[in-house]
Amino acid sequence: MIREFGFPELLFVLEGARWTILLSALAFVCGGALGLAVALARTARSRALRWGATVYIQIFQGTPLLIQLFFVFFGLPLLGLQLNVWLAVTIGLALHASGYLGEIWRGGIQAVPAGQVEAARALGLGYRSAMIDVVLPQALRISLPATVGFLVNLVKGTALAALLGLTEATRAGQLMSNITFEPLRVYSAVGLVYFAICLPLTLWSARLERRLLRRG
Amino acid sequence: MEQSAAPAIRLEHVSKWFGKLKVLQDVDLTVNRGEHIVLCGPSGSGKSTLIRCINRIEEVQEGRILVDGVELRGDGRNAEDIRRHVGMVFQQFNLFPHMTALENCMLAPRRIHRIGKDEARARAMGHLERVHLADHAQKYPAQLSGGQQQRVAIARALCMNPDILLFDEPTSALDPEMVKEVLDTMVELADAGITMICVTHEMGFARAVAHRVIFMDRGEILESAPPEEFFSAPRHERARTFLGQILNH
Repeated sequence: MIREFGFPELLFVLEGARWTILLSALAFVCGGALGLAVALARTARSRALRWGATVYIQIFQGTPLLIQLFFVFFGLPLLGLQLNVWLAVTIGLALHASGYLGEIWRGGIQAVPAGQVEAARALGLGYRSAMIDVVLPQALRISLPATVGFLVNLVKGTALAALLGLTEATRAGQLMSNITFEPLRVYSAVGLVYFAICLPLTLWSARLERRLLRRG
Repeated sequence: MEQSAAPAIRLEHVSKWFGKLKVLQDVDLTVNRGEHIVLCGPSGSGKSTLIRCINRIEEVQEGRILVDGVELRGDGRNAEDIRRHVGMVFQQFNLFPHMTALENCMLAPRRIHRIGKDEARARAMGHLERVHLADHAQKYPAQLSGGQQQRVAIARALCMNPDILLFDEPTSALDPEMVKEVLDTMVELADAGITMICVTHEMGFARAVAHRVIFMDRGEILESAPPEEFFSAPRHERARTFLGQILNH
């Protein structure tokens, strides 16, 4: 019996979308924490740290996300780490995010005028306080549009988890398409779901930017 | 801090290079406690670099610098300790744009002296009052004029209760009508007896507060004299040329 793409089927896709959101959020938070470390290493005084961070960034920017996910999913078990697909995909996406966010925030940190760091140092503030209180708040503001742009890409990137068999929005769509034979309707619905997740992010970013701009 | 007999600042045979360019040439300088020094000279003469070495924003390659008898060494801890009682005011103000005037003044005392919010606010308000900006405490730098921003920057430096204040061309980036308010503030500070080194071309200020005017050119100190003497009878040829240029324009 061929099912129609009706409300229960849509619900199934939305159920999958829940995982899309969760996966994106986890990858962004973990990747953000790691990405901050990468950005700080990339702007550090130590040449070794800067070099290491540069190589790290190039690896994640220079290879496809899908390959990175496969690498974690099939590679880590070889090292004796048994991961379920969830953990593997989360780690893969977080690593990917850390590379990109690291580079975006590196640019933000370097765009803060040198006089700001000098003023902080002249007051006797240490590296930690100079970063946390003075440089990072300004750097993150400068990087906000690029950061949200990347976050939107990350949301869409979670679709690749479908290839590892994880039932997020896209995989849920595949399953529904297989039983309804209405790929166009199903994938339109899936597309709308992604759009509905990403649009508020973009709008929120634009609003935040305007507000920060007003404050000068 | 302990009151020792050591001079506030002492530079011994200090030389510095930017790449191959020698920007400070064997500089010797002693600044006594409470002394006000005006440092002048043509652009590129090394005067800004010199004061930036005193709080180790710049490092020197040769010679020794002692602040309150403590030698500046290579490590960060030592530099941070020195900077805590050497305040600096910059040409471009360098206020933190994401903080109000008040927050700019509260940050360092809170982080370094580890005092509470209320105490830091009281101290900051006191110094904002001193530069006549208490009414503007809640404004962001972008909402203030250049002169007001520079006075906030002075208040921010004062909040660390420095023994020494370094001014790096504090009025050069200001519109002419705002120069006076900043200079007036600096004159008031000088009256309070703080040790000051000021890089400036404001010769009126030099006459009013400086104990000594130091003339630098090409990384060397060429002349050091009380203002009356320096302005009426500069000994060095280059100092005469320089004075001619800045006084007759």
